[in-house]
Amino acid sequence: MSEKFDVIVVGAGPAGTSCAYTAAKNGLKVLLIERGEYPGAKNVMGGILYRKQLEEIIPEFWKEAPIERPVVEQRFWFLDKESMITTSYKGLEWAKEPYNNFTVLRAKFDKWFANKAVEQGALLINETVATECIVEDGKVVGVRTDRPDGEVYADVVVLADGVNSLLAKQLGFHKEWKPNEVALTVMEVLKLPSKTINERFNVKDGQGVSVEIFGDATHGILGTGFLYTNKDSVNIGVGTTLSGMMKKKLKPYELLEHVKQHPMIQPYIEGSETQEYLAHLIPEGGFNSVPKLVGNGVIVTGDAAQFVNAIHREGSNMAMSSGKIAAETIVKAKETGDFSERTLDSYRTEIYDSFIGKDLKKYKDAAHTFEENPQYFQEYVPLMNQAMNTFFTVDGTPKWEKQKKIIAKMTAGRGKIGLAKDMYKAWKAVK
Amino acid sequence: MNILVCIKQVPDTKIIKVNPKTNTLDRSSAPAILNPYDAHAVEEAVRLREIHGGKVIVLSMGPPQARNAIRKCVEIGADEGYLISDRRFAGADTLATSYALFKAIEKLQHEQGIDLVLCGKHAIDGDTGQVGPGIARRMEIPPLTNVIKVEEVDLEGGKLKVRRKIENGYELIQSSLPCLLTVEKEINEVAYSPLPNMLRAARYEPTVWTVDDLDDVDIKQLGLKGSPTIVGKMWPPEKSSGAEMIEGEAKEQVEKLLAITLEKRELFGVKGGEK
Amino acid sequence: MNIEEYKDVWVFIEQRDGQIIDVGLELLGAGRDLADKLEVNLCGVLLGNGVKDSASDLFSYGADKVYVIDDPVLEKYRTETYMKAVGDLVRKYKPEIFLYGATSNGKDLASAVATEVMTGLTADTTLLDVNLEKRLFEASRPAFGGNIMATILCKKHRPQMATVRPKVMKKPEPEEGREGKIIEEKITLKEEDLRTKVLEIVRDAKKAVNLEEADVIVAAGKGIKDEKGFNMVKELAEVLNATVGASRDVVEAGLCGHDHQVGQTGLTVTPKIYFAIGISGAVQHVVGMQNSDMIIAINNDPEAAIFNAAHYGIVADAFQIVPMLTEEFRKALKGEEAGGVTANV
Repeated sequence: MSEKFDVIVVGAGPAGTSCAYTAAKNGLKVLLIERGEYPGAKNVMGGILYRKQLEEIIPEFWKEAPIERPVVEQRFWFLDKESMITTSYKGLEWAKEPYNNFTVLRAKFDKWFANKAVEQGALLINETVATECIVEDGKVVGVRTDRPDGEVYADVVVLADGVNSLLAKQLGFHKEWKPNEVALTVMEVLKLPSKTINERFNVKDGQGVSVEIFGDATHGILGTGFLYTNKDSVNIGVGTTLSGMMKKKLKPYELLEHVKQHPMIQPYIEGSETQEYLAHLIPEGGFNSVPKLVGNGVIVTGDAAQFVNAIHREGSNMAMSSGKIAAETIVKAKETGDFSERTLDSYRTEIYDSFIGKDLKKYKDAAHTFEENPQYFQEYVPLMNQAMNTFFTVDGTPKWEKQKKIIAKMTAGRGKIGLAKDMYKAWKAVK
Repeated sequence: MNILVCIKQVPDTKIIKVNPKTNTLDRSSAPAILNPYDAHAVEEAVRLREIHGGKVIVLSMGPPQARNAIRKCVEIGADEGYLISDRRFAGADTLATSYALFKAIEKLQHEQGIDLVLCGKHAIDGDTGQVGPGIARRMEIPPLTNVIKVEEVDLEGGKLKVRRKIENGYELIQSSLPCLLTVEKEINEVAYSPLPNMLRAARYEPTVWTVDDLDDVDIKQLGLKGSPTIVGKMWPPEKSSGAEMIEGEAKEQVEKLLAITLEKRELFGVKGGEK
Repeated sequence: MNIEEYKDVWVFIEQRDGQIIDVGLELLGAGRDLADKLEVNLCGVLLGNGVKDSASDLFSYGADKVYVIDDPVLEKYRTETYMKAVGDLVRKYKPEIFLYGATSNGKDLASAVATEVMTGLTADTTLLDVNLEKRLFEASRPAFGGNIMATILCKKHRPQMATVRPKVMKKPEPEEGREGKIIEEKITLKEEDLRTKVLEIVRDAKKAVNLEEADVIVAAGKGIKDEKGFNMVKELAEVLNATVGASRDVVEAGLCGHDHQVGQTGLTVTPKIYFAIGISGAVQHVVGMQNSDMIIAINNDPEAAIFNAAHYGIVADAFQIVPMLTEEFRKALKGEEAGGVTANV
């Protein structure tokens, strides 16, 4: 007789593990199924971990979690071919408890996090692929795995199996993502001595920098690059929509090479050794792409539910919160023994009331705005760079004349009205 | 038939990296895995149990994390797992290792009876293959190394027949039971574990023994103290004068290489090794 | 244990079907150097049935003495008989150093004897020396996946034992007329008391690969990436009538069988020409092929360690240059075939 659990969680990433942790902590019998050799083995993330959501699950987690560096400075680089404009905020209060956010290596972090769930009593099995949900009388009652005798049952199955959630698709919760709904992120972990990182990024041990890169990094495709400092390595990567990449006929590694060799970026990573190369699909669709979230005996969380803020590159925090909310929903449902869609639907309403729903709604048009108006990346970033160049080059021209020149240049491309329209649209998209 | 399998958790040497400057191992880059040969030994034990009954008991020496390697064996189908873990075992060479394992086997032998001992051919982090025969000598049972097939087990007659891999072939050898086999990878394919095994393994807590749990242990024979061999020094391999580089465009390189090798063109006429 | 009592360098002389195999002779060559440095005798240990007459052959390879046990129970190798016989000899004559060929049986025996007489054993050594000041045997081998060499010492136990893979040491030229002493010993075991029995020995005569005897080897490393790359290497080997070798990565990636593996955990080879294609040159590989007469390395990384081991190096993309080589060799060797030299593909 196959075993029955209270909850089966498919996927031991941030969403799945948060759910397993919370459910187990509340006394539920939990099975966490991971397809990788261990949690984290197949996960890719730019490498920023936000404090707040994990802290709600594990208070003061930074005391034991394998974090790389607390981020004390966030930089934004707007690149043209041979120039860039930067803005940044550095705050040393972020170097102290409770910190703001952290750089992490997912392979280490996920393993640690899953182990915390195991400590709470969740059962973790690796190297096992859940191939389908077992549906009886319109209810999900368990999952079938790729292993012999591979059926296992539960009151509720939580799908946290990532952006390309096979199981959610099989249930008809969503269709194949459209190419503009998913981004491809490619990244490399580059080994560099911590001393070199400290010098190049102007920080001390135990302090990290996150850099978000706009403009020339992505060859004008919608998307951004990033550069994050770990202890003795940096993560460099670039994410763009799949559709943009298809249009430009670019291969992912070509794009990453372009970023790495950019004259503004190259000095930061010079002499480093590539440790890992990773590529991963990330949902970028936002609010408009969120699938059906709840069914009889089933809940969808994390990337599988497209809970990603494409603009602010936040996914793991939404994943963790959604996993936690899913677990709390199930704990409540357990009290009545009713796991129908109607009962579990409180998950959906809670998600929409939380920052996840609010953020997704806020930015719901952003991706499309940028997608349909490539001039934001193709034209404005170079224009801004030229403007700055004109402004700062010391050549005896009075400043007011320079300003005139700048305005003339900016409007030459799209005309004043076009420019104003674009600005308004962009402002509306991200405000 | 109770079968004891000795296993080891090893760093995955496929992934392990050496820092060329300091010559130290970057162990963080190497995940710990069950020694691949040992997985085949456990698989063979499970198959024999399916035919002859009894149980499969796994034994390992190592740090507490080695419990994960034992769980892996439970996934494959082992019934029980024991880990001997104690600082006093640390730094053991093959002689001290076989002693420690032998003391644990003695205890298991006494408690439940052991009919057959299996080991992997060697561990991939040392490649020595010395512990298995060492254990057999201490148990005073015959070792049959490099086994590629168990031909026959005659429990009533108290004997078995195996194929043992030797250079350019194999030998068929018969032994009385109990005996110790070390197995090659060819002996079987490790089956994809059924889900109930995975669930059992995830919950399984191996029994952990320290030195004090074993009987009549001569502490002097354990760990670093009990190891006759020590590592004297380590050094990067010598750099020879190096190759004469053949420069130029690809076409030029090909021409130059042909000129050099075709001086020995007679070698390319008759196939040396293959018949 | 009184270490002072232990003298002489011993070599286990393995025989198959009564014929002495080369590894024992190779080790007599290496052992001779050690014995000369220590100013002691070099002794062979020869066990078998009807092997006594072969004992005197060992003198010309450098042995001063040969311990012989000639008995029907020793006809075929068995751990229990050989371990007992060798153990008795060690206890009686007390050698200082004892070398074994790292063959299936040699490794098996050395491991059992080490426990029998309670001493240290270093496996698969590639470099042997003595520290005269401390009078210690220094046995070195690649360690930890093969990127570093480690010297293993055995300070307080004797004999100091090591196994050495076939072909790692050079077989010495026999010195005709050299003489020595044969010492015959007896074994007390009787067949009916033994627990193991060799029923049959099957030697595979038409083995698909025999790297150890190949004159030309074309070997692939992980730089060839996948099956396509491996086939490209195979094609070159075919044109050259060569045997295909591989590094550990290639074998573990499942591109070819373990029979093709060259290196510490594979075979040691000494062909006339060794092509290393896309092989990085980790020590664990190099120890298996460094005694080849001519080593030609092709690698796209000019810093690759393989260029230190090679005689000729080409920095190039294998995927570009190997097909060119195949084509040019095919053209160049075509004439020969017509001229009467038979190819055997």
